[in-house]
Amino acid sequence: MKITGRIIKFGDNVDTDVIIPARYLNTSDPKELAAHCMEDIDITFASRVQKGDIIAAGANFGCGSSREHAPIAIKASGVACVIAKSFARIFFRNSVNIGLPVVEFDGELNEGDSVEIDFTNGTVKNLTTGEGGNISPYPEFLSKLIDSGNLLTHFAKENK
Amino acid sequence: MGMTMTQKILAAHAGKECVKGGEYIEAKLDLVLGNDVTSPVAVKEFYKAGCDCVFNKEKIALVMDHFTPNKDIKAAEQTKTVRDFAGKYKIKNYFDVGEMGVEHALLPEKGLVTAGDLVIGADSHTCTYGALGAFSTGVGSTDMAAGMAYGKSWFKVPTAIKFNLTGKLGKWATGKDVILTIIGKIGVDGALYKSMEFAGEGVKSLSIDDRFTICNMAIEAGAKNGIFPVDDITLSYLKEHGDKEPKIYAADEDAEYDEVIDVDLSKIEPTVAFPHLPSNTKRFGEFEGVKIDQVVIGSCTNGRYSDFAQAAEIMKGKKVAPGVRVLIIPATQKIYLDMIESGLTKIFIEAGCAVSTPTCGPCLGGHMGILAKGERCVATTNRNFVGRMGHPESEVYLASPYVAAASAITGRISHPDEVM
Ligand code: SF4
Repeated sequence: MKITGRIIKFGDNVDTDVIIPARYLNTSDPKELAAHCMEDIDITFASRVQKGDIIAAGANFGCGSSREHAPIAIKASGVACVIAKSFARIFFRNSVNIGLPVVEFDGELNEGDSVEIDFTNGTVKNLTTGEGGNISPYPEFLSKLIDSGNLLTHFAKENK
Repeated sequence: MGMTMTQKILAAHAGKECVKGGEYIEAKLDLVLGNDVTSPVAVKEFYKAGCDCVFNKEKIALVMDHFTPNKDIKAAEQTKTVRDFAGKYKIKNYFDVGEMGVEHALLPEKGLVTAGDLVIGADSHTCTYGALGAFSTGVGSTDMAAGMAYGKSWFKVPTAIKFNLTGKLGKWATGKDVILTIIGKIGVDGALYKSMEFAGEGVKSLSIDDRFTICNMAIEAGAKNGIFPVDDITLSYLKEHGDKEPKIYAADEDAEYDEVIDVDLSKIEPTVAFPHLPSNTKRFGEFEGVKIDQVVIGSCTNGRYSDFAQAAEIMKGKKVAPGVRVLIIPATQKIYLDMIESGLTKIFIEAGCAVSTPTCGPCLGGHMGILAKGERCVATTNRNFVGRMGHPESEVYLASPYVAAASAITGRISHPDEVM
C-alpha cells in the first residue's frame, strides 16, 4: 500500500483534547466530530484540510484520553495517515482499530511537503525535498489485526 | 530473568509461565469498563460486528459519569444507547444517575476490582486500580466492545520503570504532590508504553487514597499502567469493599527494570502543574500572585472522602475569596453521604462553595463549571491541556486538595501555610 499526500504539520504532545475537545463528545457522529477536529490548536484546520492530506507530528501524538473519537475525527476529516516521532499508546490502538494508518518516523517533514509513504517497502519519501527514510514494519501480530479489520472482527475470525 | 509485578499478572491471564517485555499476548479479562462517552461508540461497534452476546454480564461495568446528569439532548441520547444495551444484556454493573459516581472512584468502592485482576476500561484513567495491585489500563471503544464480546484483549507486554520510595510525606504533602513531582521530572512521555511500578519501604506510609491518586495519573506520564505492591493497607481496604478474592503477585527479585528512580517522600512539597501540561510543575517560591476565578475539588484523582476532609481542614470557619467560584464534587454517592453525615458538606456550604452531585462535569470541560476566555482554575483533577475545562484561552492549574482549598480562600494559588 502507498499513500501520497500533502503534509499538515503539528508539534510534540498533541493531546486528544485538542484533537477533539471534550465539549463535542456528546456525539459520536464522525462528520460532526470532523467539523471540530484540531479546533483548539488550529482553528483553520477543519476548513483547510483536504482529502488525502497527511498529518506529521512530533513525539507522543494523541496523548491524553482514550476517546476513539480522536482518530475518528481525524479520519473523517479526510486525513489519510498520521506520521509522528512517537504515539501515545491508546491513540495508537484506537487508530489501528478504526483503520487510520499511523506510522512512526523520525525524520523531518515540513508543512506543505508532498510525501509518499510506502507501507509495503517500509519507506517514506519526501517528494518536495528529495529526502527520505525508513519506517519499521508493523509487528506480525498487528499486521494480522489490521488485515482482519479491527479487534472485534479479528476475534470473530478466530472464534469461527 | 525475573518478571515485574505487571508482567506476572499478564502472564497469569495469558495462561503462560513467563512473558517478556515487548511480546504480544492475548489475555483474559476480569472486568471491562466503559462510560457514557466511550460506551456508545463501543455499543455501535458491538452491533456492527454482529455480536449478539456478552462474555459475562457480571464482568462488565458501565458508568454514566461524564455528561450526566444529562447535559443536553445529545448527551441524553448517548446515555440512552448504553442504558438500552445494559438492559438488553442484563449488565449487572450498570450505574446511572442516583447511584453512579466517577468510575474510578466507584469501581473500587463497590468492590469490583481486586488485587491480581486484569482490567481494561475505555477511559484512560483506568490505570487507577493499580493502587490495589491489579493490572488495569485504558483502551478505546472498539477494544472495549471486543472485551465485552469475547472477554479478552491483546497487550504488548510492557517493560517497567521502578520508583523506589523512601521516607514519609511531610505536612501538606500528598499523593498528588508525589505524582506531580514525578511527572515534572520524567515528562508527559517519560514512561511511554511502560509500567510505573512503585516499591520500597516508603510505600507503607502511603494511604490507599494516596496510591489511587498516584496510579490515576500514571497515564499522564504516558504509562500503560501504574502499580503498587499489595500490603496490609491494600488487604484491609479490599476486605471492607466487596468479596472478590485477592490474588497477590509480587515482582521477582531479579526482575529487570529500564530504570530505577529514587523518590524520597520526605522531600516532596506541595506542587502545582501550570498550563498546559501536567509536567509543567512548579513548587511554591517559583511563582507568585497567580489570581484565580474558579476552584474545582473532585474527580477520579482527588474526589474521595479523605480529599474533602483535607480541603475542609483548611476551609473550616473561613470564607471563599470574593469573585472565586468553588465547586465541591464528591466522586460517589457514598462519599457525598459520608460528607453530609460528618459535617463536611456544611463546612463547604458555609464557606461559600457549591456542592454538586457526583459527575466528571468540569474535569473534562463537559458541564457544571466551564471556564470563560482568560479565566483560571485551580483543580484537583489530572489534566490541564489547552481547553480542558472550557475556552481554549482558559487555564487549569493542577494541585492537591490542600492547595486548592487554600487558593479558594485567598483567591490566588496559595500554599496551605498562608491560611493556616
Ligand atoms: S473525573 Fe475527569 S479524568 Fe476522571 S474519569 Fe472523569 S473526566 Fe476522566
